[in-house]
Amino acid sequence: MQYRVHLEELELDFTCRQDQNVLECMIGAGKKGIQVGCRGGGCGVCQVEVLEGEYAARPMSKAHIDEEALAQRRVLACCIKPRSDLLLKVVGKISKPIQRKHP
Amino acid sequence: MALRGVLRLGEIGIRVLDLDLARTHYVDRMGLIEVMCDEKERKIYCKAWDEHDHHSVVLREADEAGLDYVAFKVYDDQTLTDLEPKVEAFGLEVAHIDAGVYPKSGRRLEFILPSGHRMQLFAEKEQIGNTLGTRNPGVMPDEGVIRGFRINRLDHCLLGGPNIDECGRLFKEVFDFDLSERIEDEESRESLALFLTCSTKPHDVAFVIQPEPGRFHHVSFLLESATDVIHAADLIGKYRIPVDVGPNRHGVTRGNTIYYFDPSGNRNEVFSGGYVHYPDTPTLTWDTSQMGPAQFSQDNVPRESFLTVVT
Ligand code: FES
Ligand SMILES: [Fe+2]
Repeated sequence: MQYRVHLEELELDFTCRQDQNVLECMIGAGKKGIQVGCRGGGCGVCQVEVLEGEYAARPMSKAHIDEEALAQRRVLACCIKPRSDLLLKVVGKISKPIQRKHP
Repeated sequence: MALRGVLRLGEIGIRVLDLDLARTHYVDRMGLIEVMCDEKERKIYCKAWDEHDHHSVVLREADEAGLDYVAFKVYDDQTLTDLEPKVEAFGLEVAHIDAGVYPKSGRRLEFILPSGHRMQLFAEKEQIGNTLGTRNPGVMPDEGVIRGFRINRLDHCLLGGPNIDECGRLFKEVFDFDLSERIEDEESRESLALFLTCSTKPHDVAFVIQPEPGRFHHVSFLLESATDVIHAADLIGKYRIPVDVGPNRHGVTRGNTIYYFDPSGNRNEVFSGGYVHYPDTPTLTWDTSQMGPAQFSQDNVPRESFLTVVT
């Protein structure tokens, strides 16, 4: 099953299979939109907010995603797999250098 | 000196999000030897083949990634006794940990570094050897002892946090380390990274400036040769281990290196080489005008992720 992922603000679209994580698909599609860090849920730089859609998540470091963040559907892109089409928003500091590089 | 006092980074505690994935990474892929497992505490204890001590890496399952603690081994118990008042005089509160609280280990001193990291000192740990014995040991362990990335030993770590100059002063004045290299801001001359050695290696510990205390930049393991670094890189590719910086050489310390991440996002390094440091070797200084060559001297390209991605 393949889903469409849209990154708001950056007007970025790519597809992602249900067995792939969102960050890996973005990289695989040759896109740059979310900052790429450890790819293991530890560093927090790939944080996004899921505005629309369903996902499955693997464990993420509580230092970056606590209960409150989860409740607001803030997650780490390297740790979520799509279960529907997704509409995402890049969170916090990380969107800035990226927007600079990819206006 | 003749290498007394603080000897080396003897043990590192790393928090992982999933112990089974961590075992696959550190034991199956990298080739560290699992010597003990504590199912209840969700910990595994590992060593590299050529270390004599019982273990050097402790992986603990937790809900946050990052560094639990670093523990330096000192020459003997008297060294611990002598260091305690000096650490206190520096202004750090020292806690006592009884022998046996940390398995296979003698008593420990524990304190928090100005950078926010938990550090311990210990003098004794059970030794189980490197399989070769100590009388007419030969040079080659049995087939299968050296495997995976062919790691010889735990070598050093890089810690991120504030107050790195204070950390440098502690290691120099109290622990008798030398400052082998330093990266500074070209204009303000502020320290951005410090590399400190208690041996003839280019560094045994390093600090990099980070806004948040207690951050973990990487743990590093020593390989025999640059060929082994490439061999490790081939396995890293084969097993789809996320790479931070592919094979290159550091300007600072001159190590042949590759950086990659464990399944919880903790950065690892395997490396070989570097120069020989003596206590009379002058400190080498790099500044921000040369960040490319300082970080990675084969392509002279500084990596943004190298400064911003920590656990
Ligand atoms: S890249 Fe580090 S948490 Fe996703
Ligand atoms: Fe290193």
